[in-house]
Amino acid sequence: MSSPKELLYTKTHEWVKVEGDVATIGVTDHAQSELGDITYLELPDLGGEVNGGEPFGVVESVKAASDVYSPIDGEVLERNEDAIAAPDVVNSSPYEGAWLIKVKLANPAQVEALLTPEQYDELLESTGSH
Amino acid sequence: MSSDASTEPVVKTPLYDRHVALGARIIPFAGWMMPVQYSGIINEHKTVRTAAGLFDLGHMGQVDVTGPDACNFLQFITTNDVSTIEPLHAHYSLLPNEQGGVIDDIIIYRRAENDGYMVCINASNRHKDVNWMHRWRAERPDLDVTVEDISDKTGMIAIQGPKAAAITQRISDRDLSGVDYFSWVEATVGGVKANTARTGYTGEDGFEFYTAIDEIGTLWDALMESGANEGLLPIGLGARDTLRLESRMPLYGNELADDINPLEAGLGWAVKLDKGPFVGCEPIAAMKSTGAPRKTVGFKLTERAGSPRSHFEVQVGGRSVGFVTSGAMSPTLNENIGLALVEKDVAGNGKPLEIIIRDKPVAAVQIKTPFYKRDR
Repeated sequence: MSSPKELLYTKTHEWVKVEGDVATIGVTDHAQSELGDITYLELPDLGGEVNGGEPFGVVESVKAASDVYSPIDGEVLERNEDAIAAPDVVNSSPYEGAWLIKVKLANPAQVEALLTPEQYDELLESTGSH
Repeated sequence: MSSDASTEPVVKTPLYDRHVALGARIIPFAGWMMPVQYSGIINEHKTVRTAAGLFDLGHMGQVDVTGPDACNFLQFITTNDVSTIEPLHAHYSLLPNEQGGVIDDIIIYRRAENDGYMVCINASNRHKDVNWMHRWRAERPDLDVTVEDISDKTGMIAIQGPKAAAITQRISDRDLSGVDYFSWVEATVGGVKANTARTGYTGEDGFEFYTAIDEIGTLWDALMESGANEGLLPIGLGARDTLRLESRMPLYGNELADDINPLEAGLGWAVKLDKGPFVGCEPIAAMKSTGAPRKTVGFKLTERAGSPRSHFEVQVGGRSVGFVTSGAMSPTLNENIGLALVEKDVAGNGKPLEIIIRDKPVAAVQIKTPFYKRDR
């Protein structure tokens, strides 16, 4: 199953949807599969800053807590309160129901460093992921 | 968790290929490639509580203790009173060290009269325990006892859940209804000769089976088939851990360790100081008379937060009072629960704790355990 074509990706298994100067970020299907049953989300407050290459939140599963990384700098415009209330949506709908935050891009050029769907699928294949 | 894992090659149980075929996620555990989950930890956990689950326990160890002084020897190296185990019965016990800490928790099964005992030991402690037993056998040349590690010859799986007994009975050659908790029989299940014990690590009814190692696959397949229409699922180590935590069963490396006294772990009921001398009895008795300085308590979080996990700090009023031994989001209760080893003066049901999760104190309250008890 190939990754959705309208999104861009990171090496740390986040997806990014860019619409104008707003980026929506979530974790990929591969990520939710590796993490297992998701039990809790810790997301930044509205108006908070995220920085490219740094974690902006935590996704907890039964077995472990994992950082989620932002590939871009920006200000948090929205966060998915429905997902916070029912974190298992990350498992069932990682690309739609489980968007995590929407960020106003401080530095739109950073988007160019993101992986295309083809590049991300290649990354998954080369690391032997299922 | 395991000190042995780094020195051993990683090995597979006889059921490994089946787990892969079932889509299991495999992880190394105590030197073994084990399934941590198949369909998901929460689904597997709930299945054991409502239907039944099958567990590969090929990583566990088994030790034969035989000879005229088998009972005397086990009395000397364990905390519980071995002399009270009737033939074809079993009990839970601890292997203490000389400082009164715990080397492992074990189940001792007594065979038919005069046929000795089989001790089931944790995978992570297998070589440590066997070496320990050989050491004490050598230090007691007055005892006529033979100790043999039979782990490599012994296959082990478990079936647990409200439907476990029916699924097993359907393919068993004898009536298992008389096999009470902590007793066992030799039965033929699915055509395989199996020591069938009513023991387990989940808080549900069920059996643990011990077979010749080359027959364990046949038994697994027979039980999977017998339970296919009753919702029987294979269960990984992830759910095994959440199930035993809800039932307040200790996990070695978490609630039990070299430097945790059985009394601090809440396992004084498995210590019989009046049975006669045993390794470590003096420091345990000393702690009993002065009172254990630490206590293992159950708690649940009272605010929405991530999960408590092993070794997270515990505070009261901003002061460090101990640490979490085990914690998780309980699938049955849908709450974050845990066990913590804390200073005795802060212990007590209803009293508060703060669990430090990602550097922030999260409010918790102490509650009685087990967190879950099945209807009987």
